[in-house]
Amino acid sequence: MNRSEIIKNYSDIVVTKFSSKMWSTFLVLGIIVYLIIAILSLDIFQIHKKWSPERASLFALDTYAHKDHVTMKWSEPDDIIISFEGSRWSQYVGPYQKSDGLPERYPEWTSIGPEGETKISFKNGGFANLYDDKVTIENWPDTKETLVFRLDAQGKPYVENVDNLPKWIRVTENKIEVRPSLYERVQVYSKKVEVHRYNLGWNYFWFDFDSPLEPYGIWNAISLSFSGDRVDPNISNFSLLIQEFLNNDMWHHGQILWALLETIFMALLGTLLAALLGFPLAFFAAYNVTPFKFVRTILRRLFDTLRGIDFLIWSLIFLRAFGPGPFTGIFAIAITDTGTLGKLMSEAIENTEEKQQEGVESTGANKTLQHRFGIIPQILPIFISQTLYYLESNTRGAVIIGAMGAGGIGLQLLGAINTGTSWENVMYMSLLILGVVIFMDTMSAKVRRALIGDETLGAELQLAKMAKK
Amino acid sequence: MQSSLPENLIKIENNLKSLTRTRSIYSFLSIAALIAVIYSGLIVAETGNATSIWVGLPKFFDYPVDLFVGSWEYGYRWNLLLLEYLPDLISTINMALFSTAMGTLLAFFLSIFSSRNLIKSKTTVLIFRRIMDICRSFPELVIALVLLYLLGKSALPAVIAIIIHTAGALGKLFSEAIENVDKNPIEGLESCGASWFTRIRFGVVTQALPLFLTYTILRFEINIRASTILGFVGAGGIGEQLYTNIQWKYEADTIAIMFLLVSTIITLDYLSSYWRKSLIGLKS
Repeated sequence: MNRSEIIKNYSDIVVTKFSSKMWSTFLVLGIIVYLIIAILSLDIFQIHKKWSPERASLFALDTYAHKDHVTMKWSEPDDIIISFEGSRWSQYVGPYQKSDGLPERYPEWTSIGPEGETKISFKNGGFANLYDDKVTIENWPDTKETLVFRLDAQGKPYVENVDNLPKWIRVTENKIEVRPSLYERVQVYSKKVEVHRYNLGWNYFWFDFDSPLEPYGIWNAISLSFSGDRVDPNISNFSLLIQEFLNNDMWHHGQILWALLETIFMALLGTLLAALLGFPLAFFAAYNVTPFKFVRTILRRLFDTLRGIDFLIWSLIFLRAFGPGPFTGIFAIAITDTGTLGKLMSEAIENTEEKQQEGVESTGANKTLQHRFGIIPQILPIFISQTLYYLESNTRGAVIIGAMGAGGIGLQLLGAINTGTSWENVMYMSLLILGVVIFMDTMSAKVRRALIGDETLGAELQLAKMAKK
Repeated sequence: MQSSLPENLIKIENNLKSLTRTRSIYSFLSIAALIAVIYSGLIVAETGNATSIWVGLPKFFDYPVDLFVGSWEYGYRWNLLLLEYLPDLISTINMALFSTAMGTLLAFFLSIFSSRNLIKSKTTVLIFRRIMDICRSFPELVIALVLLYLLGKSALPAVIAIIIHTAGALGKLFSEAIENVDKNPIEGLESCGASWFTRIRFGVVTQALPLFLTYTILRFEINIRASTILGFVGAGGIGEQLYTNIQWKYEADTIAIMFLLVSTIITLDYLSSYWRKSLIGLKS
């Protein structure tokens, strides 16, 4: 058989038309051209200009580490403030007089040197010493000699008699910055000296700085709550534990957990309401249940409109009516998903087999019973699996609506990001959201698998499966 | 024989009764649980909300009415506003399209490495699945907000956020589609010595392509909504215009933008559901 014979005999298989052979090539070409245009129009190549790895690594560091600040003003070298994260509310010691010796609550990494200087020891084995008129660093990596920073006559900081500075010391006109690694940092300004000392982990996560339970730590505090001795004579240890945990001033557990609860309820109630509204409405939009075309058309268009006006716009409208709060989220989700579930379910009802309904009819059942026992058992698995699927995606949606102004964890997260300093809180909330979404996802997947044997089938595929049966 | 029949019937009858009883207990319990959830949820909502539900409900139509009155007063030149905001709409669609394309590409690679019938190593599959789970579970907004802070206000953070989410979400669906393909073509190709790539190209992709396209089209529709929302927090496009106009209380502009958005979404909705149905053979 030569080529022309093959083409003649198998004309239904062999493609000869140029256009049908080439369309895929043109499609790929078109996609490539579009991608080039899009990359240019979206300024993808500008990314390296905006992206500063230093800044990003600082933020990243802040998500898993905490730092202690030591601040000394040149004008009052006697008053040294040591605080957690530089906050006014969490000072280990307020301004203290060096001459009076060390106060009681004092970090173990500080000490008073022979000349009355305050010595700060770092994890890299080095020290920073704060004198009245100079700052020295000794025993740091790469350079074993002691470096001395002073202020000159104009009040500008300078480094004393050193020929070659290590790379990690940056001297500018108004500032000397010493940062050999991410974990230690000494900044000398013309007004003050600031020392940052980083530690891994989330400090004061369980109890805040001023909490009476803070010195005990979480495990000791838990065991304390079952034993007799009261830390605070007015309140039992267990209630104190709960109260101190929830009212943590640094992590705001109470506030954040409440916000998380609000978000979960937004998703849960929104989806439930949508299911309760959409399920009955779907029957009125299906031709094998409702004989009136007029009603069906109106309902179909209603579903389309509800779904088409995105939940974003719905939440804006509800935001005006209810103000910030969970109702906005609940109703925005409920309205949008009533449209979605209603449409899906009406299609599912139309795809059900007639035989079962006829079977019920043959026993003399009326229309309501026919639908109850002829249709609902067929569509119930799809209905439940779709509702669960929307519950999962609405959990994410509720976070987003929250950030739009409806409150909940989304708004808290937006606030934390906009402060630009509390990245550990951003991380904490992100992990909480991640946990809740993964939990919802796993649960709904499990239930769906049990119900329909296949957890991922989208609505269309389920309908297709039904139709093919 | 005759005496044993009623006994059997009684047994069946008793069985049926106990079944019905269990059933009604179950339905009662689930309805009670449902009511409990709704009730406690409403309490949580009522405490957290600025305005009580009974104050808020009658005010529901205030804002839409304000909007329509405002744009009515704007007059016939309202039509021109549609043209004015068209470029923003296009930039939002561009964002969605680009990130869908990139996300799909990523998802395809992720899904190949997380399908048990293509990769023998269980650890690889597990690792790639967890990667996809994490990509999928973060709401786009969270990633976008952090990136917006780091990269400054532009479309890029939104695009990256949507790509990450799309890669995770589509990757999972793709890998399920790949795992459900018929094994025989792959085995056939293997038997004539086809390489791993050839097996994927002709054994897997050809079978799963309709499903891939279905999911991608659906994702594109979702991503248009997502990129509008990300515009709200500073990614540009029509979302940002909507946000500014709402803040400035420009009713006519707000309505024009909403109109553009809703008509785009509805058009896409129709188109995509038509395509999807024809792809999986629901349309005859």
